[in-house]
Amino acid sequence: MGLTNGAVGLQVLNSRFEIQRRKDTDHVIALAGNPNVGKSTVFNALTGLNQHTGNWPGKTVSNAQGYCVWKEYGYVLVDIPGTYSLMAHSAEEEVARNFICFGDPDAIILVCDATCLERNLNLVLQTIEISSKVLVCVNLMDEARRKHIQIDLELLSQRLGVPVVSTVARKKQSLSGLMDALERVCKVDSIAHTVQPVQYPQAVEDALQILEPAVCTYQEHCEKKLNSRWLSLQLLDMDEALEQEIVAYLGENFLTDPLLKEARQTAKSILLEKGIDQQRLKDLIVSALVGTAQQICEGVVVYKKEAYAAFDRRLDRVLTSRFTGYPIMLIFLALIFWLTISGANYPSQLLSSGLFWIQDQLSALFAAVHAPQWLHGALVLGVYRVLAWVVSVMLPPMAIFFPLFTLLEDAGYLPRIAYNLDQPFKRCCACGKQALTMCMGFGCNAAGVVGCRIIDSPRERLLAILTNNFVPCNGRFPTLITILSMFFVIASSGIISSLFSAALLTMVILLGIALTFATTKLLSKTLLRGVASSYTLELPPYRRPQIGRVIVRSIFDRTVFVLGRAVAVAAPAGLLIWLMANITVGETSVLQHCAAFLDPFARLMGLDGVILLAFILGFPANEIVVPIIIMTYMAQGSLIELGSLAQMKELFVANGWTWVTALCVILFSLLHWPCSTTLLTIKKETGSWKWTAVAFLLPTLLGIGCCMVTAAIGRIFI
Amino acid sequence: MYSLFDIKPGQHGIVQRLETEGAMRRRLLDIGLVENTQVECLGRSPSGDPSAYLIRGAVIAIRSEDSRKIRMKEV
Repeated sequence: MGLTNGAVGLQVLNSRFEIQRRKDTDHVIALAGNPNVGKSTVFNALTGLNQHTGNWPGKTVSNAQGYCVWKEYGYVLVDIPGTYSLMAHSAEEEVARNFICFGDPDAIILVCDATCLERNLNLVLQTIEISSKVLVCVNLMDEARRKHIQIDLELLSQRLGVPVVSTVARKKQSLSGLMDALERVCKVDSIAHTVQPVQYPQAVEDALQILEPAVCTYQEHCEKKLNSRWLSLQLLDMDEALEQEIVAYLGENFLTDPLLKEARQTAKSILLEKGIDQQRLKDLIVSALVGTAQQICEGVVVYKKEAYAAFDRRLDRVLTSRFTGYPIMLIFLALIFWLTISGANYPSQLLSSGLFWIQDQLSALFAAVHAPQWLHGALVLGVYRVLAWVVSVMLPPMAIFFPLFTLLEDAGYLPRIAYNLDQPFKRCCACGKQALTMCMGFGCNAAGVVGCRIIDSPRERLLAILTNNFVPCNGRFPTLITILSMFFVIASSGIISSLFSAALLTMVILLGIALTFATTKLLSKTLLRGVASSYTLELPPYRRPQIGRVIVRSIFDRTVFVLGRAVAVAAPAGLLIWLMANITVGETSVLQHCAAFLDPFARLMGLDGVILLAFILGFPANEIVVPIIIMTYMAQGSLIELGSLAQMKELFVANGWTWVTALCVILFSLLHWPCSTTLLTIKKETGSWKWTAVAFLLPTLLGIGCCMVTAAIGRIFI
Repeated sequence: MYSLFDIKPGQHGIVQRLETEGAMRRRLLDIGLVENTQVECLGRSPSGDPSAYLIRGAVIAIRSEDSRKIRMKEV
């Protein structure tokens, strides 16, 4: 349906999109709107799905679909990437335009931001020109009320000539009005436009008057039809991509039809006579749209308070000022880490003792039923033990980190980070939006790589993709936290110790960010030469985050997802390790053979064979690196009960760890190949094995180099 | 020459015309930066660039090399 490989045209959005109707009577509904107006929130509330939402423009980068039932009909909702316009300047805009024009939706819901209605109307007006089955949904009414902005919905509906409803998408019950209105829109075959909202300058209208009859005559023979006024307007000013779309939709002879060709030439000459070239025409069209939007808003939107956004401005002055902008970013970063570390400590120990108590019970059970020794070993000592480690080490920090991060995201702080960091990124010839993808990388690098689609310039997008791995994802945080607290935190417990860990972790992260800048710059000067292209960045209004929902959502969407993936990888890895530790070739186990093989090289890097092996086996998911190290050491004979960090440190020290080893593990954890999921995502996003190889080699070589230097320097001190 | 860049934080100005071409021009038009649009400069980023502008109710950050190409009306 419309959105095929060829239709989308760009490799970045290469997944095929097909509408999945469940019944013939189902209606297909497009959910469109400007970026960051709450489309995904509306989508989630209606479909019960969990599209990622957050207060920054550009989260939804490709179409998503969901299903909902309202009264007697089923609706397939398609969440379209947010766009300001349908004139297709970027990949997302092309996706949006193609779906609205050629995807044959039964109706289009246009979600608008009540606090910024005028700007939103640009897209509304463009959409009304294409389709008559439009429903305008003025969302974020609660925010508007808070800012004392009043909107006369009835007058708006009158002036636009389409139904208008208001919603507070975050409150589900407010959506019933939307669905009732949608049902009405779907029921009628087509809404006759009572008003022609946009009037263009006379010369353009003259040209349209010549074209429109010819377009109507041509379309009489077409199976599918497009709005004739819209199509006429496009004929005046059309790029090749759109031309191809229209040909595919209407028929081959669209470009060759003699009547149409002639009308097109006459119309263009009328414009040229008036001195209107392509650029001037575009300006006139956009000005007419913007002017109409402004006129419509007069009397519809009433600002009851002059300084309706005073709070936002005050907050911006603090969060982005010359003196406080950077320190506050740093404090937020450190604060999040401190809360994560100090909050995760106790539950982690509780979980670990609980899960290992279960292990003992399982062992007892196996012994009671006289299960063979190998079965007990493989399942309990192999699979279960690694699982228990992964869960107890990962779950608590994630369950704290993700909600905290989501709170900042929901409030609208992320775009301010991009704003603050734009200058440094520009110096590296990159895009400020890379700061946003970098932040997403903290959660999951694969998600960060997909998020790079918000960057328009292909060169800058590639820079962001290749360097995303330098911020540690959530799978690597536990490793970093564990090793930092084990080897570098002097105080044994309490607030001071967790503050110290947080400060150290912040420094590690800052190192990662510094390396992001350094490698971005390096790539800009070598493989991806170029200068920073221009762009605009929207700083959305701050919104009060909904704490309850944030916690639920981040735990269920992200934590469970990431943990699930880790567990899925950890179980077979646990089995593999156990097998490797227990299958012997000659005198020694396979595990020892492998570790011994890697050992000489690993020693150069300040690691040992076991650690390097753990990183290699951790390729599917970084979370399992520390559990593998522990498993392997324990399998090598030094069997001790592991209950606390101190005992873990004992085990590591017994295996020859020093602070240099710990430092090298931290460095290598920060700087090594991306996990398999991330690499596959990079392959998908770049469409090239070459760039995937670069993404693999760049951090790996850098990591090996850094570790070797650190180890060499470290040897002097030991 | 009086450009958007010359508008200091806290000051207002009215757009005369855009002197950018291509993608950036269209992007600026999309956010409603047409002739006679009133723009207010809200502040500059900690490192001095980009600056944030209030354009038709939305806050948009624009880099200096782009804002220099937005000609404003003389007051």
